[in-house]
Amino acid sequence: MSNANGATPLLEFRGVNTHYGAVHILKDVDLAIYPGELVCLLGGNASGKSTTLKTLLGMVTPTTGDVILDGERVNGKPTSYLVERGVTMVPENRRLFKRLTVKENLELGAYLRSDRDGIQSDLERVYSMFPRVKERLNQKSGTLSGGEQQMVAMGRALMSNPRVLLMDEPSMGLAPALVQTNFELIQQIHEEGVAIFMVEQNANMALSIADRGWVLQTGRVVLDDSAEALLANPELRASYLGDGNR
Amino acid sequence: MTSAMRHKAAPRTGVDWFLFFLRGLLLGLVTVGLGAFVLQQIDPANPVTEWLNPGASRLSWDAAQGLIVSGLSQGAMYGLIALGYSMVYGVLGFINFAHGEVFMVGAMTGMITANKLDHGGLWESNFVLAILIAVAVSVVCSTLTAVVMERVAYRPLRGAPRLIPLITSIGVSFFIQNTSAVLLGPGAKNYPRLPEGLSDRIGIGPLEIEGKKLLVLVVAAASMSALWYLVERTKTGKAMRAVAEDKEIASLMGIDVDRTIVTTFAVGGAMAGVAGILWGILFGSVTEFTGFLPGIKAFSAAVVGGIGNLGGAMAGGLTLGSSESLAPQLILEPLGVTGHTQLKDAVAFLVLIFVLLVRPTGLFGERLSSEDRT
Repeated sequence: MSNANGATPLLEFRGVNTHYGAVHILKDVDLAIYPGELVCLLGGNASGKSTTLKTLLGMVTPTTGDVILDGERVNGKPTSYLVERGVTMVPENRRLFKRLTVKENLELGAYLRSDRDGIQSDLERVYSMFPRVKERLNQKSGTLSGGEQQMVAMGRALMSNPRVLLMDEPSMGLAPALVQTNFELIQQIHEEGVAIFMVEQNANMALSIADRGWVLQTGRVVLDDSAEALLANPELRASYLGDGNR
Repeated sequence: MTSAMRHKAAPRTGVDWFLFFLRGLLLGLVTVGLGAFVLQQIDPANPVTEWLNPGASRLSWDAAQGLIVSGLSQGAMYGLIALGYSMVYGVLGFINFAHGEVFMVGAMTGMITANKLDHGGLWESNFVLAILIAVAVSVVCSTLTAVVMERVAYRPLRGAPRLIPLITSIGVSFFIQNTSAVLLGPGAKNYPRLPEGLSDRIGIGPLEIEGKKLLVLVVAAASMSALWYLVERTKTGKAMRAVAEDKEIASLMGIDVDRTIVTTFAVGGAMAGVAGILWGILFGSVTEFTGFLPGIKAFSAAVVGGIGNLGGAMAGGLTLGSSESLAPQLILEPLGVTGHTQLKDAVAFLVLIFVLLVRPTGLFGERLSSEDRT
């Protein structure tokens, strides 16, 4: 497996297998995310992308294999344990608490933290990244536009002060212009030094900003390479990067 | 919000006509009744009143304010109980029909404590301290009942279809009623006599309020404010609202969903405990079935206000309490309905039906999108 920074992985899958009842979902999956890098996991429907995320967050326990965070085996630990240690996710379709205000949504992102000063400075960081969010702090988040909601969702995730941010289908359900903005936001967060693990169907867009990527097919990693190599891969071009996708 | 608006294109079905007819009937009853009341107030000897309700007399201000105050104090109690229904519905999406029994446990344990304090002499020598102790004991016992109920009966059913915990809650309700009958014996048990001063009337603005009813209103208002503060202004409250909206994402934030659900039951139980002791102060006695009717009415109040909405639960309680206290005198009596004071309960449920007919989401409820309902 390639190692971008010559460091030890922050979050790692070692030979992970998962089952829902008798159905075998992930098959011997190996992944490694290094500090500060931007990687993506590509795959079609039912390829096991969501299960990968759920396993990374402790919502699904692997039947065999290990999930390793910072050298510690975290199989079967509750989600809160992982969130406390710097793993967090921006869910598909944002999933804001629509009846709560923008401010409350952001504060919930910092639910497990008790360092008031740190929370305050992270709030300021979110405001400076997304000035429009600051204008809407006391509004119910359900009343925001799609793009603003995306900013709040990312802000909420950043409020837990993550070391690795998981993104579930960031381009799903957004207008094309917003998809572009969204990927710019992701890069912006990446530049702050947060490692990003992005799960996407929009392979072109994802690979254009990612360092490395994996391709998942029916629960198995079939390709594992640098983003440039994947973009040039004829097999991948045929299945994901067809001209219709441009 | 009429059916005509909702079914702009679709032709009305038989059911729509039936509902339309029902709405008209209830509105008509209210209008005619109020009209007859106004006529009767102007001159009890007018021909309409002579025909509808011979021998009628004007409703005096003294009697009217009595009705208003007892309606409000009863309604405040319904509101306190309704909060528990509404909060549990908010986080778990099912109606905990055993919540009326949590209220009854509060009234029962309050009765036991009050009698013990009465024997000890504290009830008479220092009533304020005694009532505080009784409130504390009721609140603790009701809270424990609600928490144990959640742990034993509902948590194992998490993830089951909603009908299952609903039916279970009816079973829990019977279980608690019968446990109380076995432990304390069936039948009515009395609270000790209240100090003389509490029956005096205290003037507030245009109203003269009996001391104990004022006590009920003040305690209810204080509890509701405390609850509002908890839910809207604290981290725990924020977690509760987050869990109510989206459990999966709440746990992604690191919120312990199970613990938050327990907290919700506990807070609802505490409110029911307060209501229980207020019931004791107001009516002076309690039986193992005390929880049933107030429980059902509080549930109605929660629905009237818009279930899941805390402000709505309080408003629904006050609406229901005032209606059942005032409507018999204002609407039924002028129409010459016999035994109108005994129709209180019927009025309460008619209010429920009426609100559901006119505004199915309740007074303050939001329409749930199909996405939210799943």
